[in-house]
Amino acid sequence: MALALRKVKGNIERLFDKSLTDLVRGIRNNRDNEARYIAQCIDEIKQELKQDNIAVKTNAIEKLAYLQMLGYDISWAAFNIIEVMSSPRFTCKRVGYLAASQTFSEDTDVLMLTTNMIRKDITSPNLYDASIALGALSCFISTDLARDLANDAMSLMSSSKYYIRKRAVLLLYKVFLKYPDALRPCFARLKEKLEDPDPGVQSAAVNVICELARKHPKNYLALAPTFFKLMTNSTNNWMLIKIIKLFGALTPLEPRLGKKLIEPLTTLIHSTSAMSLLYECINTVIAVLLSVASALPDHTSSIQLCVQKLRILIEDSDQNLKYLGLLAMSKILQAHPKSVLSLKDLILQCLDDRDESIRLRALDLLYGMVNKKTLVDIVKKLMDHMEKAEGSGYRDELLSKIIHICSQNNYQYIVDFEWYVSVLVDLTKMEGIHHGSQIAAQLLDVAVRVSSVRHFIVQQMALLLENAHRLPLNAHGSTVHEVLLAAAWICGEFSEHLIDPRDTMEAMLKSKVTHFPAHIQAVYVQNIGKLYSKVITKAEAEDDSEIISAVGQLLLDRLNIFVGSSELEVQERASALLQVVQTSLALQQSGSRVAGAVQALYAGELNPVAPQAQKKVPVPEGLNLEAWINEPAVEKTRSGEDDEEEGQSPRFKKVRRKTPKNKGAFGVQSEEVPEEGEGVEYPSLTEKETAELRERRLMEQASNPYYIKPATKPASRPTSSLFSSPETPKTATAAGDGTIPGLTSSDRYLRQQKKERNEEVKRKSKKSSKKRSGATVSDDEGGVTAHVVNRDMGEMPEGATLSDAGSDHDDPYRALNIDIQSPLRPEERLPVGAHRAVQLKTGGAEPVRSQPDTASKKEKRSRTTKEEKDEKKKKKSSKSTEDGGEVKEKKKKRKEEAGEPSLISIDDTLAAVAGEKDKVKEETIPLKAEEVTKKNINAADDLSFWLSSNEEVANLKKAENGESTNQSSATKNAKTEKERPKSLNVKPLSEKEVKKTLKKDEKDGKKKKKSTRDKLRSHSVEEELIDEAPEVVDKTGYEEAFGVELEEPTTTGSSPMTESGSVSRFVTLLEDQNIKVEYDTYVYDAASRQIALNIVFASKLSEGVLRNIAFEVVDSVGMSVDQSQLGAEMPVKHSMLSAKASWNVTLVLNLKSTSAAAQTLRGSLTYLTGSGTAKQEVRDFKLALPASAFLLPVQISVDEFSMLLECGELNSSGDLSVEVGMGFEEVLSKIGFQGRFFLVEQVASSATLHAMSVLQQRVALMVKFTAGSGGKNKLVMTAKSADGALTGPLLEEIAASFKKATA
Amino acid sequence: MIRAILVFNNHGKPRLIKFYEHYKEDVQQKIVRETFQLVSKRDENVCNFLEGGSLIGGSDYRLIYRHYATLYFVFCVDSSESELGILDLIQVFVETLDKCFENVCELDMIFHVDKVHHILDEIVMGGMVLETSMTEIVSRIEEQNKLEKQEAGISSAPGRAMNAVKNMDLSTIKDIKLPDIQLPAFKNFKLSS
Repeated sequence: MALALRKVKGNIERLFDKSLTDLVRGIRNNRDNEARYIAQCIDEIKQELKQDNIAVKTNAIEKLAYLQMLGYDISWAAFNIIEVMSSPRFTCKRVGYLAASQTFSEDTDVLMLTTNMIRKDITSPNLYDASIALGALSCFISTDLARDLANDAMSLMSSSKYYIRKRAVLLLYKVFLKYPDALRPCFARLKEKLEDPDPGVQSAAVNVICELARKHPKNYLALAPTFFKLMTNSTNNWMLIKIIKLFGALTPLEPRLGKKLIEPLTTLIHSTSAMSLLYECINTVIAVLLSVASALPDHTSSIQLCVQKLRILIEDSDQNLKYLGLLAMSKILQAHPKSVLSLKDLILQCLDDRDESIRLRALDLLYGMVNKKTLVDIVKKLMDHMEKAEGSGYRDELLSKIIHICSQNNYQYIVDFEWYVSVLVDLTKMEGIHHGSQIAAQLLDVAVRVSSVRHFIVQQMALLLENAHRLPLNAHGSTVHEVLLAAAWICGEFSEHLIDPRDTMEAMLKSKVTHFPAHIQAVYVQNIGKLYSKVITKAEAEDDSEIISAVGQLLLDRLNIFVGSSELEVQERASALLQVVQTSLALQQSGSRVAGAVQALYAGELNPVAPQAQKKVPVPEGLNLEAWINEPAVEKTRSGEDDEEEGQSPRFKKVRRKTPKNKGAFGVQSEEVPEEGEGVEYPSLTEKETAELRERRLMEQASNPYYIKPATKPASRPTSSLFSSPETPKTATAAGDGTIPGLTSSDRYLRQQKKERNEEVKRKSKKSSKKRSGATVSDDEGGVTAHVVNRDMGEMPEGATLSDAGSDHDDPYRALNIDIQSPLRPEERLPVGAHRAVQLKTGGAEPVRSQPDTASKKEKRSRTTKEEKDEKKKKKSSKSTEDGGEVKEKKKKRKEEAGEPSLISIDDTLAAVAGEKDKVKEETIPLKAEEVTKKNINAADDLSFWLSSNEEVANLKKAENGESTNQSSATKNAKTEKERPKSLNVKPLSEKEVKKTLKKDEKDGKKKKKSTRDKLRSHSVEEELIDEAPEVVDKTGYEEAFGVELEEPTTTGSSPMTESGSVSRFVTLLEDQNIKVEYDTYVYDAASRQIALNIVFASKLSEGVLRNIAFEVVDSVGMSVDQSQLGAEMPVKHSMLSAKASWNVTLVLNLKSTSAAAQTLRGSLTYLTGSGTAKQEVRDFKLALPASAFLLPVQISVDEFSMLLECGELNSSGDLSVEVGMGFEEVLSKIGFQGRFFLVEQVASSATLHAMSVLQQRVALMVKFTAGSGGKNKLVMTAKSADGALTGPLLEEIAASFKKATA
Repeated sequence: MIRAILVFNNHGKPRLIKFYEHYKEDVQQKIVRETFQLVSKRDENVCNFLEGGSLIGGSDYRLIYRHYATLYFVFCVDSSESELGILDLIQVFVETLDKCFENVCELDMIFHVDKVHHILDEIVMGGMVLETSMTEIVSRIEEQNKLEKQEAGISSAPGRAMNAVKNMDLSTIKDIKLPDIQLPAFKNFKLSS
């Protein structure tokens, strides 16, 4: 009553709370001071959260979830969210889970409180409770939750409701991500879901497997046949798309798969009306074509089909289709660039599209479409676009695309490098370029690699330097000044091409230079030095002392601006140079010649260095980094070889040969930039030595695969170009607005080129008219100018090769790279949340426990069993070695093992349970996966069979058409046999498996019958061979592959009671001369009133097999079998049980009755005996479920127990006295085990115990023990419960168990 | 995988954000802002795919969006999703909203964002597509609504009455204050294909 009042009161109070709608309105009304309003609301929410009323709390959380969307951190309310989640009301729960899914993350620490609650919710009988919990869990699942709930998620996959099943399947993917160990145990069931009757579940399973396979396709190759079947049968476009995408990922790994796919995919392409499906089909066909390009004879037709369909897409007015068409086209481009070329106009048209995404895609395509002929036109077009492009982002994109296109494969398509240089120079004129360093790198690269263009490039760079102030340097964010770095370096390095080095040097010494960034200044200073050496060499040669002193003086004056720089690098270099100039000036004034010495500072040859060269440098033999450097013995020799090694081993990549000075990393910005200079001999060497050296170096170069010798001398460069020779006046340019006189432009260059082309065409036509066609040079080949390009990768240390050193680490999916095909090992189980015995301080009186701490005992037990098992294994293997591997012997061994009553370990757990929901402990139950594992064993073989079947069938057809059927099938057979033995050695086929193959063969076509029969024979021969062969090595593999025995539950621990010599809870259901059936029960899920029935079928035959076993339990009024569980469809069937083997089935029973009293179920068992003349045996049975089957030992403290007795709730009671032949301790442990009671208190010779039924009814049991004479002790039991029907049977059951024990 | 689903209006105000990977609230807001910047500057009649977006995903990810009246529906997906498929999915989502709210408009999204979440949860779960059949989704939502009504029962009657009163007040006074609440044209909301 009071509660009801409070509820009403709470509801009335609620009226004045803000609802979510009020909050939203309030925010909208307080637009000006939104933050303040929300802060106020949050305060109110905090108040509301303090109230007891769950409705108020829900309302508060609902509001918080809204505020979260606006960006407010609500993680402080995590605990309140959980409170709301735990509400039994759907409406509240939903709000809680929504808030949780929005805010919780793996780091949310309160999550660990939720495990049990979430487990309860996801397994809830209420459909929507479960669905919202599953949905939210997928958002915030953590590693701990994943581990603890993996098993629940897996069992949910076999829920009877597809609505839950599909969610469980999707949840599993998240579980795998967080807890990869779950993948293997779950996979078999997941795979089964591919054939789920509900298309939604199917689709979800496909979805999950595709996600898994996308990261590690190799592991999922064996699923290809299943997916293939789905693909050909399904009409669900969503699923088809996923499958086809998956095949796209699989084909590169297995070309044969591609061949199989082409046909159905082509059919789909022709038939489907869904654009999305069409597009994915094309994509996968392309992937197939890429993987089998050479192997497929008729692939041109497929390519044509793809290109034709893509053309339709690209021409479509729908921008989306256009975009995707271009995207797919770029994939075709990689394999078959020629077929794309026909679409060039279409693609160029796309460059004009309004849509930037489409323009970018078209640009990608251009990259692959260029060749020597089209490059110039395409780049021209791109340059036009650049001028028009408004956004700087797109412009930069264009710029890097131009450079990318031109420089691909080390300038593969560039015929005329002067044109390219003019393009680069043009690019520097663009406003607001952010890729200045890219242009600079290109200029440097070209200058170094193409010696013939150096003259031209140096002219241009000199002009750039002189007109540096005209460059658009000031534009916001522009990096054009980087080009000056290249310009300065090129002018300095190749100064012999300068018309007037002195002018250039003076241009570089302008005071404006100090505005440039430091690294550019540093390069300036360095190259001023080079130019200086050039100038004085020339002057000394001409004996022009005036120039010498004038230049020297100029430098002394101007260098001070650099010396005063605040940048270290600039300052240092400037000081050094200043010193050099001063010294040389002094020496020159005293009449000596110093030019040679100064030039030697900068002499040396620079070659391109490969990007990876540094990493690949081997440590030279005999190099001891700890040895003294200055010891006289280690004097530096000046041979080329040594320099080669030493020059590359230091940290700086670019080291000038034979130069004492190191250019350092600052010299050239980009590491990749290779350099090549003039080989200037060291002046101190004599002529002869020089010649010798040169010869040696040439030899070396000849043997160096990375060095390409210049075939033609730079001097022999053609003079067709306008700007080719220094004598050509550079007046062609009009000094227009902003343009630099003399600076080249690609436009002019184009015009010039066209003119030349025309002339050439004329010439050609003339030539051809003269019928001297043999002498014509194609455009593609020769071009206008023949540049010699060092298209080398760059220098590498000897013996080193380029490789992809990039390894991807930090991949979150790496942990999921798990082989899913290999059979499950017994220890691979899903952890199952189980109750753990926790010692409770029970008031003052410390109860004396009849059993030692159950938990620890259990642990010990499982450990010992494991050890035992290992030992057994060892013994076995040693034994089999001794016996020479006689299979029979081994089988016997197996029999012994199988003969042990096998309890799954959850029994132990539950038997030993003395706790309640306190801790979740990792425990394992065996999965039914073993059955599937067997299938998987030969999966790899199956795959190859599936893949090859096409050909074989084709072969057979051919053979049958011909006359010599026998002959060809024999050869085929020989072929298959050739393939087989390898696997046979490891896993011989059992008869059953042979049958399976047979079946499959039949499916593939009856025409194969003959060959399969042959095959069968060959297999059985193989089998015999194996049976007799004393090959010990094969044993383990054989054992596992043989299959049947795998079905015995491979538990790590066996029944505790059997081990300790006591009774197990297993009860014999029926027994005849052939088979023995035992069963045991335990509470499966108390909340949903489910108990599990574990049935073991053990064959009693010493030889022969039992076939077609069918086991059926008929639902009674009170109990029904939950047939939605996996493998629980009635009747449960088992095809074959071999001698001495056992088969284990776990059924889940739903209690429908309102009383948890003893129940009886009827059922029948049928099986066939005898191999030749099968005889069917039918056995009916009654399956008694004792009252204790519905009990769960529940921990309770002494105080609670006495309160329970006092409150009078347990109004019905029963008494029974029984004579027992054992001690009190033993009696208690037996009651605890058999009757599933928790020992509350034991005082002297009496004790109290407690249990709870699945109907949540408590049972209190009091026992009094009186020791009698002659082992006849008296035990008086009193049971109390609210359910009167429970106490009587329960007591009788316990009494009966004692009687049995005594008997 | 779908990494995020964002719905915001023409001014970039979030109307629904659902991330299938955890981001802090401030990062979420940044992503919304960045996505809005990217999407809003695009013309109508350009393609619905967009690369870039530095904050979410990487090169493997792309934004797929649709613009309806005043709202942008943006899905951030990786390469395992079919582009056209996701466009269809957005369509399904919006059509379902339209059915559940009977001519959905931005105001529905504003005041019933929780319901929109529930509808979305029927379509996508944990970043993977769950259901694409509209009838199935709608019937599930209706069942849940029924369940909600059952639970609410009589106990929430006073609350509902109170709300009705509040609503009345607001409809007469507040709407005059807020001239910029406009119902979007439903015609545009109806889907072309």
